[in-house]
Amino acid sequence: MNVSLLLIILLAGALITYLSGDKLASKVALVFSLGAFGVSIALLNSLSLGEDINFVAPWINQPKIAFALAADGLSIAMLLLTTALTPIIIFSSFGTEFKNAKSIYSLILFMAFAMAGTFLAADGLLYYIFWELSLIPIYFIALIWGNGDAEDRKDAVIKFFIYTLAGSLFMLVAFIYLYQKAGSFMIEDLYALDLTLEEQTWIFGAFFLAYAIKIPLIPFHTWQAKVYQKAPAVGTMLLSGIMLKMGLYSVIRWQLPIAPNAAKEYMDILIGLGIAGVIYGSIVALRQKDLKKLLAYSSLAHVGLIAAGSYALNLDGLRGAVLQMIAHGFVVVGLFFVAEIIYRRYETRNIADMGGIRKQTPKFASLFLILVLASVALPTTFNFVGEFTVLYSLSQINIWYAVLGGTTIILGAYYMLKMYQHVMLGETNTKPFAEVNFNEGFALVIIVAVLFVFGIYPKPINDLITPSLEHILTVINR
Amino acid sequence: MSTLIAIIGLGILCLLLEIFDFRKAIIPISIIGLLAVLGLNISEFNSPEAYYNNMIIVSKFSTSFSALFIVLTIFLVALSHKFHENNQAHISDFIAIKLFLLAGAVAMVSFGNLAMFFLGIEVLSIALYVLASSDRKSIKSNEAGMKYFLMGSFASGIILFGICLIYGAMGTFDITEISELSYSAELPVWFPIGIILVFIGMLFKIAAVPFHFWAPDVYEGSPALTTALMSTLAKVVAIATLFKLLTAMNAEISAEFQTVIVIVSMASMTVGNIMALRQVNVKRMLAFSGVSHAGFMLMTLLITTNAAGTLLYYSSSYALAGIAAFSVILYVCYNKNNEDINNFHGLGKTNPLLAAILTGALLSMAGIPIFAGFFAKLFLFNQTIQAGYISLVIVAVINSIISIGYYFKLILAMYNKEPNEVRTATPFVIYAVAVIAIVLNIALGFFPSLVLDLLA
Repeated sequence: MNVSLLLIILLAGALITYLSGDKLASKVALVFSLGAFGVSIALLNSLSLGEDINFVAPWINQPKIAFALAADGLSIAMLLLTTALTPIIIFSSFGTEFKNAKSIYSLILFMAFAMAGTFLAADGLLYYIFWELSLIPIYFIALIWGNGDAEDRKDAVIKFFIYTLAGSLFMLVAFIYLYQKAGSFMIEDLYALDLTLEEQTWIFGAFFLAYAIKIPLIPFHTWQAKVYQKAPAVGTMLLSGIMLKMGLYSVIRWQLPIAPNAAKEYMDILIGLGIAGVIYGSIVALRQKDLKKLLAYSSLAHVGLIAAGSYALNLDGLRGAVLQMIAHGFVVVGLFFVAEIIYRRYETRNIADMGGIRKQTPKFASLFLILVLASVALPTTFNFVGEFTVLYSLSQINIWYAVLGGTTIILGAYYMLKMYQHVMLGETNTKPFAEVNFNEGFALVIIVAVLFVFGIYPKPINDLITPSLEHILTVINR
Repeated sequence: MSTLIAIIGLGILCLLLEIFDFRKAIIPISIIGLLAVLGLNISEFNSPEAYYNNMIIVSKFSTSFSALFIVLTIFLVALSHKFHENNQAHISDFIAIKLFLLAGAVAMVSFGNLAMFFLGIEVLSIALYVLASSDRKSIKSNEAGMKYFLMGSFASGIILFGICLIYGAMGTFDITEISELSYSAELPVWFPIGIILVFIGMLFKIAAVPFHFWAPDVYEGSPALTTALMSTLAKVVAIATLFKLLTAMNAEISAEFQTVIVIVSMASMTVGNIMALRQVNVKRMLAFSGVSHAGFMLMTLLITTNAAGTLLYYSSSYALAGIAAFSVILYVCYNKNNEDINNFHGLGKTNPLLAAILTGALLSMAGIPIFAGFFAKLFLFNQTIQAGYISLVIVAVINSIISIGYYFKLILAMYNKEPNEVRTATPFVIYAVAVIAIVLNIALGFFPSLVLDLLA
């Protein structure tokens, strides 16, 4: 089993989906995304058996660029997240009629391909190519199939595109600079570089621009809420569930080990930015009237905490960050799916127009409540494991970081439960709310099941990622 | 050398075919002939030789660039079929002029003597003046031709003056001898002055700031096919020639001169990009985008390792993207009297394939992976940082970001606006050219070593 197989399946899937026509596209895409998930599981198996699953081939001679894909526990964990969420996202869209369905499903698979490539690439330039490539499908998904006024949408999407591309171009310059030093883009060679603090600061800064915009961290978050609101449900799920994890993953994989001294030098500022995101996101979320925007700001708060955990530069911080990345991926996809389910019935995202849904559909209400509670890190859910580990790691550096970061749980509980109250509780709504159908229910149940299973027993994921994180930590502390 | 002769022979054959009234056969015969010439040219790749007392020097540099020019000419000749549909009577003129233009272009990259260089540039320029004003009933086209002619002949004069000064300083037109003499300690002051004058004249030809003022007006006024030719073929010819001139004559470019190049390069990118942001006419927009790309290509003059290969790669990717973009523009603006951006509204719905190709071409120009434009910029930036010009690269990166603004304006118009007309025509030639050009562009992206290592 070789990692390249995963990429081939996703890319071929994108092509065949496009050729299969509008009627079949969604089903073909689902089959291929499930196939990719199967391959990820098989890769996990191969990795645990100690087989060589990496793929390295020379590509360009001068400058020396290799087509190098490598997977360790961390990459496999991210691949599992990507390939598990992609079928869920595709499946969740079965109830939506898309114009030109073959294109959107093909773009979704293509995006999964690019994101999987980002998690696998072991050559800096190949990584950069996949990183940029993932931007194009989401741009078109949000632009063409998004909602709301076309002009508004255009402004939001182009802002997002220019922002993220601008950040990444500086990362490209940093990579080229590193290449001059190392004579290669391969990750081990870049890890082995001995850079002065000044060089590290510049490189760290260039990487930081790319990642802080993608994640997003304050003050680079201004594109986020609008795009989440305007993109179609699948686009929002892809963005929040997987794509922003690319930024967080890259921090751990590339930024910290390549420029560790700069990270240590500016640790307080970086953690501070993350925690500022937590507090800012939570407070802004409190005042949102649009359900998707509220979820967008809550997402901002959660990723702020994940970033703070990564920049804490200790094993618990990194581990908590990765666990929380996965947990947040599932929960945020579930929540955006709930927003979509409500939208399908009420055709509104305005919280004030909702309310009184629970009495009409108690099952849906329960699933939604579980997702809300998972999102605020209730014990026994996966998110609790992640957030608790991150907060613990922050407390080791400075207890106040943990206290301030902990507001994510308190404020989170406040705005999420308030939102739940306004959306679901109250007088029975005059508008009828059709019971969730099998497809919708199935997707939600899977997400909830994942959150519970790993909430109670996170050991498998923990064991999977810990060796890679320990390796990265030794590089950081070299 | 045989390439050059074959091209001229083909051009004459075109004129003869008209005399014998085989107008319909002109385009197919020209394309087949050009393909044969391409093969002939490639066969010369591994046998560098000098002809006629070093008048023409066939080298790897000249053959690989000539191959690019011939490929571009094939595309442009193929597009003529549709473009001159209503003017079949003069088809041989259009094709023959393009072939003579190609002859000038090949002479420009294979010169070994400044006289040959000037001859080449004049053959190319005169052909371009004629093509710019070839829509003789349109006042805009006439104005474009006149403007281009006046400005162009002024630039030619400056180049000629520069050549004279170089001759005065060195006593020879032969560039190998000039290059050898230029290492001697005592150089007359008019040698650098001559170089500067030639440099200025060539900056005019590649439309670099501050000699770019003609470009938008001429691009806008000329018939669309001529604009395509100017922005792809003519641009890469001029930049390749400038590159050859400076590297051949002035092997060690002095520090002051490097500063001048850095400034011109930065100014071209910045002015080109900022002006392009404001344009509503696609041809004008691409004219300014061409100004900024000229700035990027000027960076190759500063590179120390594999500069020629990088320039070849950059110009191939840029020209192929340009051909793909212009074939879509020809389709959309066929029989329209302007090329405003609102003609492109809703193209994503009415003609998804061509819209996708134009999107790909623009993404390549903007430098998004996996298109060749990305790798072109990557290699350029890599080599430029290696040569120690990191600030220039940062300016270039900022400009790449700005350029997204206008390239995406066109993409947005295609996908985010409702179509204002139905488009049913599906001209085969335009499809073929657009598809082949973009496929070549992507293939260059996947296998950059194919081109990049040619001149290493």
